[in-house]
Amino acid sequence: MVQKGQKISSSGINIMSSMDEMASSCSTQTPDGPMKGYEKPGYKLCTYVSKFIHTDAGPIPIINHKLKKDDLFSTFYVRWGIMRYSYTVAPGLYGIGKPDKNSEVLVTANFKLTFDHLRKGLGDINAWILVLDTKGINVWCAAGKGTFSTRELVKRIKDTSLFKAVDHKRVIVPQLGATGVSARDVKKQSGFRVVYGPVRANDIPAFLRNNLKADKKMRQVTFTMYERFILTPVEIQMVLKPALIIALALFVLSGFGPGVFSFSEAWERGIVSSIALVAGIFSGAFVTPLLLPFVPPKEFALKGIICGSILAILVLVLMSASINGIAGFLALFLFSVAISSYLAMNFTGTTPFTSPSGVEKEMKRYIPVQLIALVVSTGLWVYSAF
Amino acid sequence: MEDLRYLDDVSTLVLDKEKCIGCSLCTEVCPQAVFEMQGEKAHIVDFNACMECGACVNNCPSKAISVSPGVG
Repeated sequence: MVQKGQKISSSGINIMSSMDEMASSCSTQTPDGPMKGYEKPGYKLCTYVSKFIHTDAGPIPIINHKLKKDDLFSTFYVRWGIMRYSYTVAPGLYGIGKPDKNSEVLVTANFKLTFDHLRKGLGDINAWILVLDTKGINVWCAAGKGTFSTRELVKRIKDTSLFKAVDHKRVIVPQLGATGVSARDVKKQSGFRVVYGPVRANDIPAFLRNNLKADKKMRQVTFTMYERFILTPVEIQMVLKPALIIALALFVLSGFGPGVFSFSEAWERGIVSSIALVAGIFSGAFVTPLLLPFVPPKEFALKGIICGSILAILVLVLMSASINGIAGFLALFLFSVAISSYLAMNFTGTTPFTSPSGVEKEMKRYIPVQLIALVVSTGLWVYSAF
Repeated sequence: MEDLRYLDDVSTLVLDKEKCIGCSLCTEVCPQAVFEMQGEKAHIVDFNACMECGACVNNCPSKAISVSPGVG
């Protein structure tokens, strides 16, 4: 939409101003009058755009700083991993409030969750927002993977004719974008100076008031219980499919016994072992992430073993009437704990403080342990049927 | 992050103080407050907080910092 508009203005055809007239003549008849003139066949106006303004860099959409009901609803389902990779906004230049030639330019990613978070955090600030094409990934992850990069930033600065929109030569890049951006190279290639803004969007108003200076707190990442909690739905959603396959295998495995194969045993023991599986998933993908700083060891796999053991014992004691003997009990215990440990270790990829070198060390040590537990548990489970 | 710490002595972070020109950009971009300016030079004050994100390496104008994690 934005780029299309710019092409029209840059080729010198004065379509946009006539559209304005049309829009004002319509404004009494339609609820979203000023937007009417921007409708085009094959395009849909975004609900977060309130109007367009005309600048030397072409027409720029002005976005709302308040989130609407549909923004919040889609935030909820994206947190569950639904439509996750198509939740994007078009890259390009936007405005918020009443930006002018002296307003700051805030750089961000084109993941809609990131975009929403930014506009909500800005309050009544007037600024430009330069959205980079990060393929729908947040700033930090995209910076790590190379899409939030020097190259992309320089390209967007040029493509949007940013120098026409503002009189200064300054862009504010979120601090976590520094993993993918070299301030020096951006300056060299585009003439724009990179100022690293705070980690969190909510700190931007204070950062701007403070003459583009961030204090130590604004520069450090946090991982509070709430921040951990909102990440757990995706953790659970990611294991649903493999869990279903494992459960199916458990039902089959549970049928083997003295009478070669028994469907009633498959059903009864299948349910019991699936409950142990669910307990392991719940422990590794929800309880351990939530209680992360309160479980003593530093290794996530060990944290998962501790949480998983406590949860498995609780669940297995409750079901003890349907488990045959100590072998069956031990089998389900090992199984549940191994699942918990593996998923807890998997959570290292989600946290903002684990180093790749540390994760590698942990995996080398604990994947064999988890595998052995799994093999022993399978043997014990079949053995316990006899 | 004081309440959440990962494994000690695993980071591959190296700071060459000879090459440091004292621009302090590393103290600005590091999300874990690993660096601090002491006089004219940057110092590593919290080595075990390093998560090898590479922000400092990317922005150091004198190539004084390196991290080399494996595949991750």
